[in-house]
Amino acid sequence: MDAHFQALIVVLPLLAAPLAALLRGRTGPWLLATLVSWAMLGLALALLLKVQAEGTLSYALGGWAAPIGIEYRLDALNAFVQVLLALVAAVVLPFMHLSAAQEIDEERLPGLYAAVLLLLAGLTGITATGDAFNVFVFLEISSLATYTLIALGQDRRALTSAFRYLIMGTIGATFFLIGVGLLYGMTGTLNMADLGERLPAVADTRTVHTAVAFLVVGVCLKLALFPLHLWLPNAYTYAPSAVSALLAATSTKVAVYVLIRFLYTVFGVEFSFGELPLTSILVVLAMLGMLIASAVAIGQQEVKRLLAYSSVAQVGYMVLGIALATTAGLTAALLHLFNHALMKSALFLALGCIAFRMGGTRVEHFKGIGRSMPWTSAAFVAGGLSLIGVPLTVGFISKWYLVLAAIGQGWWWLVVVILISSLMAVVYIWRLVEVAYFETPAERDRHHEAPLSLLLPTWLLVALNFWLGIDTRLTVGVAESAARALTGGGS
Amino acid sequence: MSAGRDAMEGQLILRVVSKFLIPVIMLFALYVQFHGEYGPGGGFQAGVIMASALIVHMLVFGLDETRRVAPLPVLRVLSAGGALLYGAVGIVAMLFGGNFLDYGVLGPTAPTGQVIGIIVIELGVGITVASTMVLLAFLFAERVRER
Repeated sequence: MDAHFQALIVVLPLLAAPLAALLRGRTGPWLLATLVSWAMLGLALALLLKVQAEGTLSYALGGWAAPIGIEYRLDALNAFVQVLLALVAAVVLPFMHLSAAQEIDEERLPGLYAAVLLLLAGLTGITATGDAFNVFVFLEISSLATYTLIALGQDRRALTSAFRYLIMGTIGATFFLIGVGLLYGMTGTLNMADLGERLPAVADTRTVHTAVAFLVVGVCLKLALFPLHLWLPNAYTYAPSAVSALLAATSTKVAVYVLIRFLYTVFGVEFSFGELPLTSILVVLAMLGMLIASAVAIGQQEVKRLLAYSSVAQVGYMVLGIALATTAGLTAALLHLFNHALMKSALFLALGCIAFRMGGTRVEHFKGIGRSMPWTSAAFVAGGLSLIGVPLTVGFISKWYLVLAAIGQGWWWLVVVILISSLMAVVYIWRLVEVAYFETPAERDRHHEAPLSLLLPTWLLVALNFWLGIDTRLTVGVAESAARALTGGGS
Repeated sequence: MSAGRDAMEGQLILRVVSKFLIPVIMLFALYVQFHGEYGPGGGFQAGVIMASALIVHMLVFGLDETRRVAPLPVLRVLSAGGALLYGAVGIVAMLFGGNFLDYGVLGPTAPTGQVIGIIVIELGVGITVASTMVLLAFLFAERVRER
């Protein structure tokens, strides 16, 4: 049976989605989605262990062997991302029960959970498959689910932000598809490993160069690299609270995975970063993103938007690691991919608690919550510390590795940029801490602590932020082995 | 009631012709559905044709009449059920010892199994597409009526 785990982790949420849409009420669909996410976590962990023991796993979908059929191919890299996806989903879904019931009409709840399950199916599908066209299909499944989820937000502006994301997301997906089409035209194959073998023979053609350009721009739209990030702040701001947490932790991360997979496995390190000037392009954009998005975050009054801009900046760190094109750089990028998901989901869940009690997440809603909601505000502060990169948190680990990678290249100025960006994070987090702990609420406070079913998932993520920040064997080990396999020229 | 329905009520020719055409359209949909593996067609196209029969019904006889023929809860179940049917084939193939969606294992020989598999899968696609198209048409019609 465990031979089918690779397929089941995608099929399970995919089939649970129509079932959830059929169920009625607020508990049934939620329970189904939660159980599925827990099962996915189990599957993902089992697969990660198996990959570490046996190496790359391959699964021929429909019994058609690669490269003709669709192959599900799992190595340390995508097994790692799948664990992250399932972990975040398994923690956020229990949170979603109360949070979504408050923010969304009951008749829409089955649709919400169906869309969440489709999103999970799409995202795990992207990471599971070894077929370039299949990536596009799953990209569309996850994107369509995301548009629906964002449009479910309370604010009417959720509709326009979902529509804007729909336009940008479709452009991104189309660019990706054009890139894949050009590659198919040149090589006659869609299987990624096969593409990686056949491309070097035709690499020096204008068609392949164009394909790289389309692919990179398309994926960078999806992962919200700096000048292509405009859809993201509104999408995160107006989506329902729990959905923001899920999206912030998963969807851009999977796009980062796709970028890594194409640049390293399909095009190969020498071609992507040696022949093409991708390093300089990506490093410049990543740095601009880190500095400008952090600066914009400082001025925000809506905290969800603040965190969204901070996400754009954090994507910069990941792309920076990728663009260094060294094992150390890629390790840092993978670590930050995992760690940023942990800190951002913890922060967004804490925001969800605040929205649940205070009815909003603007800075003025933070007034005095240090006293009235001590556990929630402590969770927010802890997540903020991790975002800044204080030692003993996961944020420190990934920034440490990124700084080491930059020093390894001899790029000292990059260290300065990373430090400046981190200091900006101190500014925007501290502003909130100040309001939460030192300002008194306008009216006499009748608000009290968030319910336990919201606090527990939040604190679970906060605890992971510290646990994996102290005991780094798991994350660093997996990230290093994945990075070594990708940069070593092996599959 | 909407103006559209009133306008159609007097249109004797339209009403008679569509009453005559709707069963033919449905029959053609079934032909496209089950002939899909040999000729042009398949579940998606058949589903759209089947839905168009119901949409013509809605345009000519009004939303309420069509809703009596195809109630919303039934459409909801069908739209999810078709997708589930598709997935179920994949799961059954797994239980029979094949990979996901490897329908060669469904029959005594691989070609028979593949015929069974593709027919059931396309049926699932057809059901989902038809019911979803009709659901969409209903949603738009309701919007128009609200105005």
